[in-house]
Amino acid sequence: MKPRHLLIGFIVLLALAPLVLPTFQITLLNYIGLYALVVLGLVLLTGVGGMTSFGQAAFVGLGSYTSAYLTTTEQLPAWLAWSAGSPWIALLIGIALTAAVALILGALTLRLSGHYLPLGTIAWGISLYYLFGTLDGLGGHTGVSGLPPISLFGLVLDQGEKIYYLIWAVLLGAIFITQNLLNSREGRAIRALKGGQLMAESMGVNTFRSKLIVFLISALFAAVSGWLYAHTQRFVNPTPFGLSMGIDYLFMALIGGVASVWGALIGAGVLTMLKQWLQDLLPYLLGSDGQYETIVFGLLIVLLMQRAPGGIWPFLMRLVPARFKQRRLLREQSQQVAALAHRALPEQGQVILEARNVTRRFGGLVANNNMNLKIHAGEILALIGPNGAGKSTMFNQLSAVDTPTSGEVLFRGESLTGKSSREVAKMGMSRTFQHVKLLPTMSVLENVAIGAHLRGDKGIVSSALHLERAEEQSLLQEAKRQLERVGLGDYLYEEAGSLALGQQRILEIARALCADPCLLLLDEPAAGLRYKEKQALAELLQKLRGEGMAVLLVEHDMDFVMGLVDRIVVMEFGEKIAEGLPEEIQKNPAVLEAYLGGVE
Amino acid sequence: MTAQTEKLLDVRDLHVAYGKVEALTGVSVEVREGQIVTVIGPNGAGKTTLLSAIIGILRSKGEVHFDGQLYATPDVEILVGDGLGLVPEKRELFASMSVQDNLQLGAFQRYRRGDRGYETTLAEVYSLFPRLWERRHQMAATLSGGERQMLAIGRALMGKPRLLMLDEPSLGLAPLITREIFRIFADLRRQGVSILLVEQNARAALKVADYAYVLEAGQVAMQGKAADLANDPRVIEAYLGLASKHQELLSS
Amino acid sequence: MNFQIAVLLGQDGVTNGAIYALLALSILLVFTVTRILLIPQGEFVTYGALTMAAIQSGHPTALAWMLLALMLIDCALDLRTMLQNGFNMLKMRWIGLKLGYALLLCVLIQTLPLAEIPMVAQALLTLGLLVPMGPIIYRLFFQPIASAPALVLLIVSIAVHVAMVGIGLLLFGPEGGRTKPFSDAGFSLGPVLLKSQTLWVILVSITLIILLFIAFERTLYGKALRAAAINRMGARLMGISPVFAGKATFAMATFIGALSGILIAPITTLYFDSGFIISLKGFVGAIIGGLASYPVAAVGALAVGLIEAFSMFWASNYKEIIVFTLIIPFLLWRSLTSRHVEEEEE
Repeated sequence: MKPRHLLIGFIVLLALAPLVLPTFQITLLNYIGLYALVVLGLVLLTGVGGMTSFGQAAFVGLGSYTSAYLTTTEQLPAWLAWSAGSPWIALLIGIALTAAVALILGALTLRLSGHYLPLGTIAWGISLYYLFGTLDGLGGHTGVSGLPPISLFGLVLDQGEKIYYLIWAVLLGAIFITQNLLNSREGRAIRALKGGQLMAESMGVNTFRSKLIVFLISALFAAVSGWLYAHTQRFVNPTPFGLSMGIDYLFMALIGGVASVWGALIGAGVLTMLKQWLQDLLPYLLGSDGQYETIVFGLLIVLLMQRAPGGIWPFLMRLVPARFKQRRLLREQSQQVAALAHRALPEQGQVILEARNVTRRFGGLVANNNMNLKIHAGEILALIGPNGAGKSTMFNQLSAVDTPTSGEVLFRGESLTGKSSREVAKMGMSRTFQHVKLLPTMSVLENVAIGAHLRGDKGIVSSALHLERAEEQSLLQEAKRQLERVGLGDYLYEEAGSLALGQQRILEIARALCADPCLLLLDEPAAGLRYKEKQALAELLQKLRGEGMAVLLVEHDMDFVMGLVDRIVVMEFGEKIAEGLPEEIQKNPAVLEAYLGGVE
Repeated sequence: MTAQTEKLLDVRDLHVAYGKVEALTGVSVEVREGQIVTVIGPNGAGKTTLLSAIIGILRSKGEVHFDGQLYATPDVEILVGDGLGLVPEKRELFASMSVQDNLQLGAFQRYRRGDRGYETTLAEVYSLFPRLWERRHQMAATLSGGERQMLAIGRALMGKPRLLMLDEPSLGLAPLITREIFRIFADLRRQGVSILLVEQNARAALKVADYAYVLEAGQVAMQGKAADLANDPRVIEAYLGLASKHQELLSS
Repeated sequence: MNFQIAVLLGQDGVTNGAIYALLALSILLVFTVTRILLIPQGEFVTYGALTMAAIQSGHPTALAWMLLALMLIDCALDLRTMLQNGFNMLKMRWIGLKLGYALLLCVLIQTLPLAEIPMVAQALLTLGLLVPMGPIIYRLFFQPIASAPALVLLIVSIAVHVAMVGIGLLLFGPEGGRTKPFSDAGFSLGPVLLKSQTLWVILVSITLIILLFIAFERTLYGKALRAAAINRMGARLMGISPVFAGKATFAMATFIGALSGILIAPITTLYFDSGFIISLKGFVGAIIGGLASYPVAAVGALAVGLIEAFSMFWASNYKEIIVFTLIIPFLLWRSLTSRHVEEEEE
């Protein structure tokens, strides 16, 4: 049995449910569907994107109240009179309003890191909630009643059993587009938000844009859920849009499995049933006085988080045999896949990167002093020197991660001053990291495909609807090609985190190559490699050099460096103390002296 | 002076895994009373992992005997209290606290157990590192690299360890300072502190040590008396290579 | 608004602000040492106030039984660890001491003429009941997941808050509690009357802040907690265990919370569920302090109290909106000034 069959069975069961279940159960299922839609947005935002929000309930309220106001008020402003109380028009306006609010709030708060973001969401969540209760025309704490039912193709959805189908169709649709989105170029950028932002930026991903997109999507899911809720209940008041509901949504997401799409459904289901069950059962067991259910509820959540911190869905998935889990992302070879366009490499010998009098101070400390160096196309240059000599700082100046205090770095004749690492990536510079930066739970193939981010241009909408499959195949083929080139062709679908450290370094090189660069910056590429692997790496780099690539590497392994590179620059105490061919460097007295303190 | 003394640290068949990747496979290491033992090896061979596992920062499988007692699951707080010290590669100083506070905290376990003799130890540490005395009211963050290393070592000494483990103590230090630090190791041994030294500066480490292990890819590839290893052609080729004559000066 | 009203509002603002400041400090302390955002901080306040109220009305509060129950669970866990690691006389004696303490308090609560004993004794009883719960709460709920991702810690913190509100209802009932003021005297300053309780709150808050400062600057235990907050790994290597640090900070947080409750109980009527909004305002102060700077947080919390008081006068409907929207500019300012350093997942 395949996952697809399970899904079809699930949908059939859902479709049959109203025919067999009593009204009360259907009402519960409606709630589960409505909650799951909100939680799905939260999974995307919190679980995948790493941004915790307590404010989702406020977005639900925004969707609800917009529709409630527009469909019930007697005095529509003239410019809205044409909508004539139609819930569908109200939905569109609600979506537009929510999008506008989300964009403003997102622009204000999404740059916050750590705990500031969740606290920020609490702040605007509470503010919006109080606004619902105090704004004129929204009925205060009694709310708005008498909302019309939604009608669809002449069918009036005025009963729980009827709107049930709409709710679940919307939810399944949302799950479908969420999965599509995550499984795409834009989706990889979103998945990199959690723990890989620095890396993603240097691969050309605009991480702030990605954050804003998931924030917007999650707000819209919430608003649609609110709209459905308003027309299911046919009345609204502020209570379900407060902070405590915002907290409940987070509970659902964490219980289900905060990083998994289906976890949203499980979490919403489990929490709704649990609350219902506690309300029914506890008074029977413990007597009717006292709110035992909140106590037991709180303690159960603590227990669950202690036992399964990842949530229920990942817990269940561990029971599923591994062969069902691996998804083949690549189509069979037989199908034609368009190759990606290549950048024309500069002519051999042309200056690619040049540092001119680069000085970098940190307070009183001079990390780089008046550094000059040039790298040419078709050349491998090594930057060596003892630990603490300022190689890493220099590397950061060259890759535009950091800006020199004085002096400048020119890349293909353009100054890098004021450029972001994203722009530099676009210009054809690609790098690896001293401390490997990859997404450990993502497959090797997808990790490498992040490198090709700038070589695709299909956006969110086509990703969500999977209209970009041809481009996606090209990107993945390219990733596969580069992985085969570096010798990791057998590990395409392994989790990147399960590779040995040396292999992870090689993976970074494949990822850098995927960006089709003309300059490769490698930070200690040979560290942790075995002898054979080092030889293979050296061969690869020689081949790239032959093709006209310029390579700069910072490396400690002198055997590796001396046999491979064309020229060497030696640094000590932030300054260049020697430059020349490997043979010269090995005899240079200043270098020998410097290595007195070296630990190589 | 090697074979006769008691085993102070006896690590048997230690395994450490990061997820599915084994970082250490079956490593056995011992340090006898009054010895300096060094572990050398390439980047990523598992040297830091080894020290972290011994003191209980990382979970491991295997046996750690310290001072004749078996620690089934090594626990940092207990081992530190029992006289094991670690100066980690990253120093891990309390950056926004004064040098003196940093040192005093080194004696926290002793203070907690009611041992008020730490003022004497403080004086000893200051006499060992006069630079720290000069800077005792400065924030740790304002110290230079060498001073930080001195503070890290001094802080560890405040706990009166019987065995001091040092991870790359010469990392990022200028030649003169490195020489100074290595001289202090010899002093410490005279005072009865045993030392387990992880060092990339292989030549210097082998010079000062009694016994040495070569760690490669998470396993002990070679071991023997430090003097023997220093002359072993395989070690010379792999670790002592370039400009080694100059490294030798460090430990003189 | 005339001068008299302004002074009156200012008084309210400063009183509440001083309490928020204490809570902000406590929240900061717990956060920097344990990474936990202590949402239940507000419950410590309501428990403190309502316990004091119960004692003053002569009820033997059921909180004593809760302490005993928690202590029993705690000791059972101790015994289980001992079964695994071997018998230890010192620990055995410690278990006896803990149980004895809980039993003693139960007996005291049941037998003392609670309403008649001096107010200081009532306050001490309240603190004696509440403070030991802090470390146990840490041990039961947070210690097993001490290294979990921040989000899980936050969720558990909220869940503990939810459970504690429920228990609060069970212990104290739905009615609000209010206690007698510490002293009846009032001070007139020109045309306005200063409430004596206001002075008490300010006096105790300042004393407490100074005491905390001394504890953290001068004592080795205080320094150890600071060290654990500054560099967790460094602290562990000095034998300062995260468990010790966690329990100690939780004890301090319960102490500060309960004391704050006792302080404001004569001024404000607190209900079993008043805690959340109180701790949120403490959070606002802590955020203004950037979750790192103690003095700035204290000033921020004071500002929250004042703004709250004055917006009550001008736009009482929008009071909460004003207070909570207030932090958005601060967050904004922070996001513009701080460098965007990526937080790597641990």
